Amino acid sequence: MSAPSLAEGRAATPPPLGRSPWRTAARRLRRDPAALIGLGIVLLFVLMALTAPVLTALNGHGPNEFHPEKIDKALAGAPKGALGGVDGDFWLGVEPGTGRDVFSRMVHGARISLLISVLATGVATAAGTALGLLAGFSGGRLDALISRVMDLVLSFPQLIFMIALVSVLPEGNRTLELVFVMGFFGWPYVGRIVRGQALVLRSREFVEAARAAGMTRARILFREVLPNLLAPILVYATLTVPINIGTEAALSFLGIGVRPPDSSWGQMMATAMTWYQVDPMFFVVPGVCLLLTVLAFTLLGDAFRDALDPRSATR
Amino acid sequence: MTALLSLEGLTKTFQTRRGSVRAVDGLDLEVRSGETLGLVGESGCGKSTTGRMLVRLLDPTSGRITFDGTDITALPQRRMRPLRSELQIVFQDPYSSLNPRQTVASIVGAPLRVQGVPVAEAHARVREMLGLVGLDAEHAGRYPHEFSGGQAQRIGIARALVTRPRLVVADEPVSALDVSIQAQIVNLLSGLRRELDLALVLIAHDLAVVRHVCARVAVMYLGRIVEIGDRDAIYDAPAHPYTRALLSAIPLPDPVAERARERIVLRGDPPSPASPPSGCPFHPRCHKAESRCRVERPVLSRVAGREVACHFPETS
Repeated sequence: MSAPSLAEGRAATPPPLGRSPWRTAARRLRRDPAALIGLGIVLLFVLMALTAPVLTALNGHGPNEFHPEKIDKALAGAPKGALGGVDGDFWLGVEPGTGRDVFSRMVHGARISLLISVLATGVATAAGTALGLLAGFSGGRLDALISRVMDLVLSFPQLIFMIALVSVLPEGNRTLELVFVMGFFGWPYVGRIVRGQALVLRSREFVEAARAAGMTRARILFREVLPNLLAPILVYATLTVPINIGTEAALSFLGIGVRPPDSSWGQMMATAMTWYQVDPMFFVVPGVCLLLTVLAFTLLGDAFRDALDPRSATR
Repeated sequence: MTALLSLEGLTKTFQTRRGSVRAVDGLDLEVRSGETLGLVGESGCGKSTTGRMLVRLLDPTSGRITFDGTDITALPQRRMRPLRSELQIVFQDPYSSLNPRQTVASIVGAPLRVQGVPVAEAHARVREMLGLVGLDAEHAGRYPHEFSGGQAQRIGIARALVTRPRLVVADEPVSALDVSIQAQIVNLLSGLRRELDLALVLIAHDLAVVRHVCARVAVMYLGRIVEIGDRDAIYDAPAHPYTRALLSAIPLPDPVAERARERIVLRGDPPSPASPPSGCPFHPRCHKAESRCRVERPVLSRVAGREVACHFPETS
């Protein structure tokens, strides 16, 4: 290409359209390798969770099928074969004692682990956003009341209270119970962030301008203030998912998570505890899954935070 | 000319931890339709509080605000809404006053949406308004962070004027801008005011800006008006010692005149509105103060073609 045509080409380019803060963030994310790796791993696990029934149909073993032929009765049920019974049929070996397919239990466990942690994050974020906005925007006594409640919930030793709460809850859908218990202890974290941001935004002049234009309070809250809060909320929610995955695993590990025969990563690790010397592979599978998802969500959350920060230099 | 907006005994008291602060103290003021009124004074004298009460962003503690014959002092927001299109405000900090998550078209069109103007008409009016404030139509799709301070303030002005209000309060509209940009924005505001025939209340601490734009000037001190009158009367022959002191602080372009003139330097800081002095609030800093000033509060009275609140006004 010759020089003049290059110059013409540049002159003919239409002026750039307004770049919204979201589009800027998306551009930054696409250039951030950590974000892409995190997103890739998250998508992989989500895909795995969604297609769990298909995947187990593919290898032909349901998550709760017993395979006594795969375990050695003489060795108290240790899997036969190397690496916990890995072969062409049982891709990640079998569970000691029962002979259940570890791969099938792992993908079904992903379903439960992800479902609970994402839903619990959703509950915490929704409640935290609503109450934080209310507190930050209304001020006065309501703010004081909500803030004290947040302090109170935050001051509980959470794991102990979760154990107590789940134990005393009536028999019901354990997944839902876990979601709400984890959501209940999670909302003040979001609530505090949202309240702080709402306090800052409330005194910005564009909120006054909206009032001067005659907008209703609800409209100002949802159209003017909330869009400015979505970025920090998204970052915090993304960083809360891995915490909840860990909490769910911990609760299941302690025996008050999902009920057998359902599997979750924490529950698998709890079972693996008694076998770790004979069959370390059974410990490694859920452990690696846990590590990878927590790492991936954390990478993604950090990347969101960097990309959505208007002060960061790269555009 | 009749008064478009009138304030009677307007008072605003803020409750703070150290007691109540009377930011505005019994203000009487009239703004006639189509006129330009400058509100000047040191920071903390209550001029911004007054401006925000004018457009009902703050509710007065007592007093009355009448706009176009309607008492709007305690009008509920729902009934206030139709009047919002006639009563608008331009803010000091252009970036803070524009929502970073909205496009210019959305920001400027917001007051029209509130008034229920149909989308197509609103769109056309936004474009027209952007043209009037000197922005391109293609700027409509952009976001505030893509503009300079001066351009951002043009957007703020467009938003205030898009509903064709009859009264606009401009609260320090240029003090956050670079000096090189200030003149442009002042001229824009002043030109649009003439073109659209609206009343402008310009709040500023920059006396040169007010002199350039306003036909009438009110000087505030500690929540009260100490002198009000036509621009020339006030600038050429200030009657209140405080006004004289303020004006003597404006640098003159002519070095000979600058050296020759008398400069009044005020002693001390303005007293706290939380504990205002007795009598005339200006007496602790006034070079003419006598015992009467410490006891008796002067009221606005007509002296040499303007109103002044002083026991010993200058009558030169």
